[in-house]
Amino acid sequence: MLIETFLPVVLPLISGIIILIARAGGIGLQRILSLLALLALIIVNISALQVSVQMPPQVYALGNWVAPFGIVLVLDQLSALMVTLTSVLAMAALWFAVRQEIDDKGAHFHTLFHIQLFGLNGAFMTGDVFNLFVFFEVLLLASYGLLLHGGGRLKTRAGLHYVALNLVGSTLFLFAVGALYGILGTLNIADMAAKITLLPEADQGVVAAAGLMLLLVFGIKAAMFPLYLWLPQAYSNTTAPVAALFAIMTKVGLYAIIRVHGTLFADQAGDLANIHIPWVLWLGLITMLFAALGAIASRGLREQIAYLVLASVATLLVGIGINSEQAMSATIYYLIHSTLVAGGLFLLAEWIRQGRGEMQDQFARAGAMPKAVLVGSVFMFAMVAMTGLPPLSGFVGKLLILSSALEHNDFFWILCVILIAGLLLIIAAARSGSLMFYNVLPQEACHTVDGKEICKIPERLELKGGSSVFGLLAVSMILVVLANPFKEFTDSVANQLDDKRIYGEQVLQLQTIENLRKELVE
Amino acid sequence: MEWLIAIVIGVMTATGVFLTLRARTFPVVLGLTLLAYAVNVFLFTMGRLNTGLPAVIDATQPGYADPLPQALVLTAIVIAFGMTAFLIVLALKARSELGNDHVDGIHLAEDEESLKSTVPPKKAIKRSGEIE
Repeated sequence: MLIETFLPVVLPLISGIIILIARAGGIGLQRILSLLALLALIIVNISALQVSVQMPPQVYALGNWVAPFGIVLVLDQLSALMVTLTSVLAMAALWFAVRQEIDDKGAHFHTLFHIQLFGLNGAFMTGDVFNLFVFFEVLLLASYGLLLHGGGRLKTRAGLHYVALNLVGSTLFLFAVGALYGILGTLNIADMAAKITLLPEADQGVVAAAGLMLLLVFGIKAAMFPLYLWLPQAYSNTTAPVAALFAIMTKVGLYAIIRVHGTLFADQAGDLANIHIPWVLWLGLITMLFAALGAIASRGLREQIAYLVLASVATLLVGIGINSEQAMSATIYYLIHSTLVAGGLFLLAEWIRQGRGEMQDQFARAGAMPKAVLVGSVFMFAMVAMTGLPPLSGFVGKLLILSSALEHNDFFWILCVILIAGLLLIIAAARSGSLMFYNVLPQEACHTVDGKEICKIPERLELKGGSSVFGLLAVSMILVVLANPFKEFTDSVANQLDDKRIYGEQVLQLQTIENLRKELVE
Repeated sequence: MEWLIAIVIGVMTATGVFLTLRARTFPVVLGLTLLAYAVNVFLFTMGRLNTGLPAVIDATQPGYADPLPQALVLTAIVIAFGMTAFLIVLALKARSELGNDHVDGIHLAEDEESLKSTVPPKKAIKRSGEIE
């Protein structure tokens, strides 16, 4: 038993509680504690990543109750990668929030932030379906608070929709988990996979229904068509650091599909094998088209970025839907890229919003913003990465997914949809960039629209929190320069995921600590 | 017994779905609560319906009542309780900030630019007019 198997989950919970108590010390103390705790979390997570690469999946039995009777936390390469990715993204978002003083706009920002990380890391590491539900609720409850942080009527409205939809999702989750438990008699993912193999034919229908109901729940989290309608509103109305952190929230849904469905309905499931795959593939392609159309139709930058996030989710769904080891490796590569770049874009959008005065981030003509050359260049760099143009990582990621799609029977449709949607995304990004940075109103053409002076822009724009924006976007370059080592790593993640047997053995053959001691004595 | 429980869960779920689809926040809250009740009973029955059996394995008894669904129900009740409390507070906040208790609030002209792609809730305006 290694401390890396539980610290990524426990540490944010402890730091969240400490920061709550430190409220009496003022926002300054909370900021220092919050940043230090997150730094510690990154170190722990990187160490966990190292452990996961060197060893087979490591299992931690909560309360020394072994699987399948107790809850287990599993540290394998995918979960280690996800927690590391989360903490890196969180660091950038938190630093931006502190530098821009967004955390001071409402109470308990830092506490909620760390509880959010607790929920995310827990969801990534748990090996138990009901525990996954509990961690989903933890991360959702924290995300409700973060979404509403700062206040405002549009945030409240988007928040109400988001909360109501997710409560319906939680109910469906419980129905699905209940039905699965009723038939399989276990909640441990590895044990469920073993029980499905022995399932009598009469019970297969119920398990299939429950499995697809779970897909619906994860589809709400991942914003899969037709369940994505909450995402653009929620992401475009919240504050920039929260939107950046939420770039990982959709990936929780995708991760859950890979983990739960990928394990339960793998080849060992007999007739039920891969029942989720056609749904994921075709709904992913439809999501892709709607995301591209949404990006073209958006009327503001943040809304457009939300649709770009949706497009990246759709690409990942297609990658999962292709269902091969090679495609999984490509999907994981694209996941790293899209999460960090989308986070960087949301932070960048905040600068642009501040720089354009009254018109904020709306796609309408306004006065030239200060430091337009720098911000515009960064914007172009980010959009090139996000829409998948060479030479940045979006291109490499899409290329890997498309080349793995060539072996699929429906490769024609996959290629068509991804390439056409990619073109639409490029057009949308080019349009918004030229509108905001080139098509500016000259000073003498100023006029007021609805009482707003549309070219009244701030005289100075301080690009606070630059290290967050530049750091996140630089990852896109690093992913290309070090593409080979990254590809080797994602290959090994996909390889480990493909080998369900080791995961099952590690989880189910874990012994309690006393037993180990007894064995050592003997 | 099974029929009764099945009908109870079905009716509660149907009522919950119907109320959740209403346009006012209070029916939505009630609908989500009813859905939570339905799922709690459903989880409970997943341990199979039986009477007079011990909760822990007892050699003298023919079987045992599965304690796990009961633990799951307890967890689900606590979570649903917390979520409902949060939703009610949020609905009250929305009532004061959005001007009425429609789930989309009153549609204001100034929101038009920032609402972007959403369809303006025309009904809300009409209904709020009636109320006022």
